[in-house]
Amino acid sequence: MLIRDICRLSFSALVDQRLRSFLTILGIAVGIASVVLLTSIGEGVQRFAVAEFTQFGTNLIGINPGKATTLGTSGAIINNVRPLSIADEEALRRIPGVINTVSVLQGNGPVEFAKRSRRTTILGVGPSAADVWQIKVVKGRFLPEDDSQAARSFVVLGSRVKKELFRDANPLGQIIRVAGERYRVVGVMESKGQMLGFDLDDAVYIPTVRAMSLFNQQSLMEIDILYRSGLQSKTIAEKVRKMLKSIHGAEDFTITTQEEMLQVLGSVLGVLTLAVGGLGGISLLVGGVGIITIMTIAVNERTPEIGLLRAIGADRGQILLLFIGEAVVLAGIGGMLGLLVGAGTAWILGELVPGLPTYTPWSYALYAELMAAGIGLLAGVLPARHAAGLNPVDAIRAE
Amino acid sequence: MISLTGISRVFTVGDEQVYGLRDVDLEITTGEYVSIMGPSGSGKSTLLNMIGLLDKADSGRYLLEGEDMTGLDDSRQADLRRHKIGFIFQFFHLVPRMSAAENIELPMILAGLPSSERKKRVQGAIEAFGLTNRARHRPDELSGGQRQRVAIARATIMRPHILLADEPTGNLDRVSGKEVIDILEDLNRQQITLLMVTHDPELGRRAKRQIHMVDGRIESDVAQGPFREKEPKKNHEAN
Repeated sequence: MLIRDICRLSFSALVDQRLRSFLTILGIAVGIASVVLLTSIGEGVQRFAVAEFTQFGTNLIGINPGKATTLGTSGAIINNVRPLSIADEEALRRIPGVINTVSVLQGNGPVEFAKRSRRTTILGVGPSAADVWQIKVVKGRFLPEDDSQAARSFVVLGSRVKKELFRDANPLGQIIRVAGERYRVVGVMESKGQMLGFDLDDAVYIPTVRAMSLFNQQSLMEIDILYRSGLQSKTIAEKVRKMLKSIHGAEDFTITTQEEMLQVLGSVLGVLTLAVGGLGGISLLVGGVGIITIMTIAVNERTPEIGLLRAIGADRGQILLLFIGEAVVLAGIGGMLGLLVGAGTAWILGELVPGLPTYTPWSYALYAELMAAGIGLLAGVLPARHAAGLNPVDAIRAE
Repeated sequence: MISLTGISRVFTVGDEQVYGLRDVDLEITTGEYVSIMGPSGSGKSTLLNMIGLLDKADSGRYLLEGEDMTGLDDSRQADLRRHKIGFIFQFFHLVPRMSAAENIELPMILAGLPSSERKKRVQGAIEAFGLTNRARHRPDELSGGQRQRVAIARATIMRPHILLADEPTGNLDRVSGKEVIDILEDLNRQQITLLMVTHDPELGRRAKRQIHMVDGRIESDVAQGPFREKEPKKNHEAN
């Protein structure tokens, strides 16, 4: 028997029971659609989150002062955490494999130009921040490589601040007041958007040492290290730990590697995607049970036909193929329909709700279709085996 | 051609064992026209199904064209049914969702014949059986006689050697019945062995050889001259 004929016979049997076939197909379609839709959302969220985290580069290690540990002494503990200093940063820069470092100090204050004033984030950063964080300067340049202890009072504006203070006017060379002090604008950053609720566009960048004196801070809030790609983040982190421990005498700092964060994030989101996909899988299972039900009914109804086919020369294998073929065609069409509906809904959702990122990988579509066909196969086997096992003489007499 | 020796078939009904066939011996040669008669439950249909390889004997030997059928597996049996045997039933057993032409094509699909060959043969059969303007009709749009003609076309499309008819006119009026019998007898004249189970004594008498069954046994096996002969010669065959 030719495969084309099996398909044709299966199809004609399904067309003959249009409504029933349609409803069964619908069951599988809903299952596949929900799997595709939910995994699309899961995958979209995952990609979104990873993109958010990696927009400042992946070969980053962050160092913050203080160590999150609980000591066994009760009562008041003398805080002997040493601040992270610019000297620490310069020492770290000498570690082999480290390309660059950025010192960070963050505060809040008013930024004024002419009659306009805006309260915004003030970031005290080293001159290499633009390179390390991969933020482009669209106008002018970033903070110059001045003596880190006596940097000139230059400021670089985030795109939002520039827009609010200067509108369309050229800000370069203008003097603005940052928390009361005079700064000359040397550059404007590209729009980078929000990252975990922190708006990088609504910020101004000034040299670290100036920010320290502005906010009267002894310690940096963070040192970011950019290391050569290809190196293990662990080895670099270990070197950093050793060096800082030898300077500070104790481990009074916390090291966070981007890679670690990404790994944790990736695995958490991966499990999440799997979980929502599994939820969709339940409805797929229900669709599969629908196929078993309908095929069992079909075999019962068509018992005389099965007897006849046996009489005119069909062996058990052919009967099995015919009924499995019907189940697979049902599931296959359902899968195709579900894929269209699922991917379509995901796309429409992504377009209509900007906050909800969706992404349908085409490999998922293939898996979904294979899964549908597999379910058809599994669901078809039981009724088809029953059909093939019927005694031809009894079958042909059945009413 | 067909040779049965000591064939028995036992059915288990509840706790009881019922004999469908008891120790049946039968020889049928190519081109014979045999009618099988007897009361209900006498084993006529069981014998027919046995010969048609739809049923298996519990004991005994069945040779079809010299080949032993006793121990054949399912797919070989199906293959022989496809190529050597044609079945015709009282209730036609056409597939209701398929047109007359598609029903006739079905055995060739199972045999895996190429589409062009199938079309050619179907066309020939439709013309031969006078179904030219009914080919696209479904069984429920056909008269009883037309349905049985479709069924005969389907049974003979693979050019079998043996035609097994189980009450082929049992569900037809006299005129259609006569028509169907004429077709079957015409096929028999073309050297197809014809075995026909019937309740109708008048129909049974038309066959050159008449077998009467009672309780799973062959009670009498009478061969007579060409039909229409008024006084049949009692000529018992002992095989």
